[in-house]
Amino acid sequence: MSHAISMTVNGRSVSATVESRTLLTEFLRDNLRLTGTHVGCDTSQCGACTVHVNGKSVKSCTMLAVQCDGAEVLTIEGLANGEDLHPMQKAFNDHHGLQCGFCTPGMVMSALEVADNNSDPSDEDIAKGLAGNYCRCTGYENIYRAVKAGAKAMGS
Amino acid sequence: MYNFDYEKAASADDAVKAAGGSDDVMFLAGGMTLIPTLKLRLTQPEKVVDVGGIGDMKGISVSGDTVTIGAATTHADVAGSDDVKKAIPALAKLASLIGDQQVRNRGTIGGSIANADPAADYPAAVVGLGATVKTNKREIAGDDFFTAMFETALEPGELITSVSFPVPEKADYQKLANPASGYAMVGVMVAKTKDGVRVGVTGAGPSAFRASAIEDALGSDFSSDAAKGVTMSSDDLNNDLHATAEYRASCISTLAARAVKAIG
Amino acid sequence: MAKHVGERMKRVEDGRFLTGRGTYTDDISKPGQTYAVFVRSPHAHAKIKSVNVDSALNVEGVVAVYTGADMAADGVGGLPCGWQVIGKGGTPMIEPAHPPLAVDTVRYVGDAVAVVIAETKNAAKDGAEALEVDYDVQPAVASAVKAMESGAPQVHDEVPGNVCYDWELGDKDAVDKAINDAHHVTTFDLVNNRLIPNAIEPRAAIGEYDPAGDNYTLTTTSQNPHVIRLLMCAFVLQIPEHKCRVVAPDVGGGFGSKIFHYAEEAVVTWASKKAGRPVKWTSDRSEAFLTDAHGRDHVTKAQLAMDKDGKFTALKVATVANMGAYLSTFASSIPTYLYATLLAGQYTTPVIYAEVKAVFTHTTPVDAYRGAGRPEATYVIERIVEIAAREMGMDPAEIRRKNFIQPDQFPYETPVALTYDTGNYQASLDRALELSDYANFEKRREESAKNGKLRGVGLSCYIEACGIAPSAVAGALGARAGLYEAAEVRFAPTGTVSVFTGSHSHGQGHETTFAQLTADRLGIPVENVDIVHGDTDRIPFGMGTYGSRSLAVGGSAIVKAIDKIIVKGKKIAAHMMEENADDVEFDDGVFSVKGTNKSLTIGEVAFQAYVPHNFPHDELEPGLDESAFYDPNNFTYPAGAYVCEVEVDPDTGECTVEKFTAVDDFGNLINPMIVEGQVHGGIAQGIGQALLEGCVYSDDGQLVTGSYMDYAMPRAEHIPDYNFDFTTTPCTHNPIGAKGCGEAGAIGTPAAVINALTDALRVAGVDNIEMPATPLKIWQALNANKQAAE
Repeated sequence: MSHAISMTVNGRSVSATVESRTLLTEFLRDNLRLTGTHVGCDTSQCGACTVHVNGKSVKSCTMLAVQCDGAEVLTIEGLANGEDLHPMQKAFNDHHGLQCGFCTPGMVMSALEVADNNSDPSDEDIAKGLAGNYCRCTGYENIYRAVKAGAKAMGS
Repeated sequence: MYNFDYEKAASADDAVKAAGGSDDVMFLAGGMTLIPTLKLRLTQPEKVVDVGGIGDMKGISVSGDTVTIGAATTHADVAGSDDVKKAIPALAKLASLIGDQQVRNRGTIGGSIANADPAADYPAAVVGLGATVKTNKREIAGDDFFTAMFETALEPGELITSVSFPVPEKADYQKLANPASGYAMVGVMVAKTKDGVRVGVTGAGPSAFRASAIEDALGSDFSSDAAKGVTMSSDDLNNDLHATAEYRASCISTLAARAVKAIG
Repeated sequence: MAKHVGERMKRVEDGRFLTGRGTYTDDISKPGQTYAVFVRSPHAHAKIKSVNVDSALNVEGVVAVYTGADMAADGVGGLPCGWQVIGKGGTPMIEPAHPPLAVDTVRYVGDAVAVVIAETKNAAKDGAEALEVDYDVQPAVASAVKAMESGAPQVHDEVPGNVCYDWELGDKDAVDKAINDAHHVTTFDLVNNRLIPNAIEPRAAIGEYDPAGDNYTLTTTSQNPHVIRLLMCAFVLQIPEHKCRVVAPDVGGGFGSKIFHYAEEAVVTWASKKAGRPVKWTSDRSEAFLTDAHGRDHVTKAQLAMDKDGKFTALKVATVANMGAYLSTFASSIPTYLYATLLAGQYTTPVIYAEVKAVFTHTTPVDAYRGAGRPEATYVIERIVEIAAREMGMDPAEIRRKNFIQPDQFPYETPVALTYDTGNYQASLDRALELSDYANFEKRREESAKNGKLRGVGLSCYIEACGIAPSAVAGALGARAGLYEAAEVRFAPTGTVSVFTGSHSHGQGHETTFAQLTADRLGIPVENVDIVHGDTDRIPFGMGTYGSRSLAVGGSAIVKAIDKIIVKGKKIAAHMMEENADDVEFDDGVFSVKGTNKSLTIGEVAFQAYVPHNFPHDELEPGLDESAFYDPNNFTYPAGAYVCEVEVDPDTGECTVEKFTAVDDFGNLINPMIVEGQVHGGIAQGIGQALLEGCVYSDDGQLVTGSYMDYAMPRAEHIPDYNFDFTTTPCTHNPIGAKGCGEAGAIGTPAAVINALTDALRVAGVDNIEMPATPLKIWQALNANKQAAE
C-alpha cells in the first residue's frame, strides 16, 4: 500500500509516494539522500537516527514516513547556516565531542533538545537527555562539555 | 518489515471502525513497541490504524480529585505537565523515567498500557494509583486491567481513549532500570490514599500487581523500615539474565522503602 | 611558522561529521546496485542436509541466490588466519577451513549459509525468509572449558578435543620452584568476560565488478583496506591484487572489530561479478551481535609467589581462550603474543610461566577487541597484585612500588620475551595517588558509610605493548605478514601537500594529528596539508590501524617520507642556489646555506621541482614526492596508573563509579586533546567491561545477549568525574617519541574498577566478583555472604 506524503524537511517542502512500511529514516536516507542521519541498531536504542519532528527529538528509525505527513522535520543537514556551524555543532568541535562521527548527528540532535529545555543543563540533565544516544568512542566526557557549552551559546 | 495497510484515524470511532474488531489490525499510537516489532518481522498485521493524531485522545485534565490523561498523550507531555506535577508528582516522575527523551516524545500512555509489557513503567501507576482505564466501550478498573504477560482485559478492536488517576494524598515511584534496555526490572509506586495504602509493582512479575504484604505493613506503620521489613515472596516473579526472582523480591521491598522515604 | 605539535588543535575532520557530510559505506549507493541479505544458521551446530534456493528465487525482486556450494564450485578459498602459533613440542596450531558460506556444516548461530541478492533490501529479506534450509541439528558447546571435556561436542573433525593449540611461554621449572619456595602464594581464578565490540556503525560492504578492465572494487567498513585486499585476493577469491581496489571510506568506529577479513566482504565482491550488478550489504545490529568478531573470553588460573616483604618471586598463569567456531584473522595471536608476553606488567617478577589453550566452540569467532590480550593480561596481574596486597596486609600502592621496574633498569628485559625501552612507573603512580587524593580516601569511605553506602578504592598500573609491530619480532612469533607502515608525501607544484598514509582513521583524528606533525616538520601552514587514507588505489600500501600503532608506526613512516622530501629538497635548493647540497640546511620550511644569506622556502623549491626547466637530468630528478616504509625496531610500551573509586548500594547492588583518575605515559603527544579523547573512550569501554557488558551464550550456543535489550552499553550516565594527567618518557626508538594511546583506557580500567569494588565489598566479606559486576551479581555476592554468616 502506498501513500502520497508531503512534509517540510530542513525548511524545504518535499513530496513523495511511500509504502506504509517505509521508515522516516529510510525516507530521509534513500529518497532524499540525506545520509547524515544514521542507523546504528534495530531495536530503537542507539539514537544515531535522531531527528526532530515538529520540534521534538525522535528516533527516525522508529517512525513511519507516513506518520510524518504534514510534519516539519529537521535533520543534521539543516542545522548549519551555510558554512557557519550551529552553536551546538561548533561546541562539539570546540570540545572534541566526537570521534568517528557516526553517532554524532543523532547526538547533536538530542543535545539540541537538552539545550532547548535548559540553557544551563546540569550533568544529570545531560545524562538524562542523552540516555537514548550511544557513543562508543568518546566516553561521553567531552560530549558533556560540548552540550554545556552549546546550550550556553544557544541561550545567549 | 512486511508491508501492511496504513490508515490514519481522525477520531476514536473512526479508528474502531477501521479496525473492525479484527485480530489482524493493530492500533498504532506512538509506535515505540509496535514499530520495532514490525521491523524485526515479529508481527504481520494486515492493517495498522494510526490513532496518534486523534485530538480527542490527547491532553491532560484535572477535575476534582481526578487526573485524566488522553490515551494518545505522550510520556513527555505527562512528565512536563504542570497540572500532573502539581496533582500527582509521582506520575510525572514515572513518565520522566520511561525510556529516553526520544521515546518519551513519541510513546503514549494508551500504547504503553495496551501493550502491557511486564517491564513497562505505567502499569505500576495504573495499579498503584488505582486508575480507571476508559475505552471506546467501557471503563475498566486498574486492578482488573492487566491479566497476564502482554495481556489485558481489552477485547480485539477495543481502543483505550483515556486513563484517569485519582489523586492520592502522597505518592512516589521508584525504579530499578535494566542496565541494558532501561526498562523496569522493578518499579514500585507507593500511594497513600484516603482509602489506604496502595503499592503497585511493575517489572517484577508477568504483569503489574499490588504488593499486598507491603500495603498491609505500611497501612499500620507508614515508614520505610516497615516496607523494608517485608520479605516478598519470589514465587511467580520473573527470572532473567539481569535479575533473578529473589533479587526482584528483595528490590520490591527496598524500592517501596525508598518511595516511602521520598514521600516523607 | 607556528608550531602545532603539542597544540590542542581542533579537528579538521569534524566539519563534515557535524554537518552530516561524512561518507560511510552505507551512505554510498552505486548505480544499479542490488542488496544482499545473508541467510544465517539459527542453530549453533548443524549439518546442512539441503538448501532449496528455488523458493527464494521465486520471490519477487530476488535477483540471485548463492550458497557455499556455488562458491566452492568457483574455487573460492577459505578465510585465512594471519598468525601461526606453534604450541608445546613444536606442534603447530590446527587451522580448520573457514568457507565464507558454510558448505556442509554450520558451527555457530549466525554462520552464513546463503546470500540472497535482490532489487531492494525488503525483497532480499523476503527471499532470505523463503529460502529453505534443512538442518540436522547437532549438539553444541559454547564454553571453552566445557569444550575441552571428554565427550564434548566436536566443532571440527580435524580438531579432536577442540584444542586449536596448547602453547607455553617461560621457564616452568623455575616458576614451580619459586612457588614452592615462596613465603606466600596468592592464587586467583578469574573469567575475563566475553565482549561484543559494538562500533556504532554496523559493518557494510559493497562489491562492484567492471568487466571493461576486469576490475573489482570493494567498499568496506575496514580498519585496514590493504590487508583486506591482500587476504581476499590471495587466499579467498584468487583475484590478481592489482585488479582489486579496496576502499574504506569514513568508518564509524572499529575497536578491532573491523580489522578482520569477513566473509561478507568476499561474498559481495565475488557475487558482484556473478550477478553482474553491484552488491551492497549492510549489517543489521542484530546481525552484528552474531557476526562481528567478539572479544576476550578467557578463563584463567593464576598464582603469584612472593617473599616475606611482598617482593614478587614468580607468576604462573594458565588460560583457556575461546576462539569461537573458526580462527578469525588475528585470533590466534591475541591470547599468546599480545597477552602472555605482557604478564610481567610493570614489575620485576623474575620468572613467569604462562600456558594458553585456545579452544574452538560453537560460538561467533573471537578476535582482537580494543586492547586485545593486553586488557586480559593487565586484569590478571593487577587483580592478583591487589589481592596479594590484601593478603599480605600491605597497602596496594606500597606492594606495587616495591616491585616496580626502576627508571634506571631500562631497557628492561622481561622473562616473557619483551624488552621495555623506557618508563617511569613510580612517577605515574605518585601523580595518580596525588590527583585522586588517595591519602584521604578513608574519610570518603566513612562519609559513604554514613549514607549506608559501601565505598572502595582500587588501583591499576598497566603496561601495554603497542606500535604493533617490529616485523622481525612478529615474524619470529608466527606472524605471516610484516607489520610496518607505509606513507607517501607529495608536494603539489603550488606547495600544498598530500600525505597518503596506510593508517586508517575511524575516529582517531589522523587528519588532524598527522597534519600537525607534517606541517611542523615541513614548516608549512597546517591548512596546506591533506591527509589521505582508506583507498588502496591512492595509497602505496598499508597495514592499517589497530594496536595503538598509527602515530608510532604510521606517523613514523610519514616522518621518514618527509625526511626524504627534505633530502631531495636540499638537492633542488642547492641546484637553485648554485651551492653544494651538503651545505644546505633545512629549518622551519626554509632551505638556507650556512654563512650566506641565500635561502629558499620549501614552496619555492616545490614549484621548481615541478618546473625543472634547467635541471641537470643526470643528477636531479623532477618532482617532490617521496614514499617510505617504516618498520619499528621494537614495540612501544605505554604505561600508566589508574585509581578508581566506587560506591555500592548494598540494598540493590547498584554500583557507581564516583571518581576516576588516569595518569598515562604515552611518550610525546602531538595533540593532547585527541589523546585525552582516546583515553576517555577507552575508560568508558573499560567501565563497560567491568560493570555492564557481558556476552552470554546458553549452553547450547544460542546468543542470549543478542541486542541492546540485553547487552548493556555504557551511556552518558555511567561516566564519572575524571582526573587526568600525563607523565612522559619518550619512546626511544621511533622518530616521534610517541608510544600510542588508543587502547590504554580499555586495558587499565577493568582491574581498577573491580579492585575498587572488591575493596568496597570487603567489609561484607566478599573478595571477588566476576565481570560484568552487575547490580544483580553484587547483590548476590553480598547476600550469599550474609546467608553464610547467619
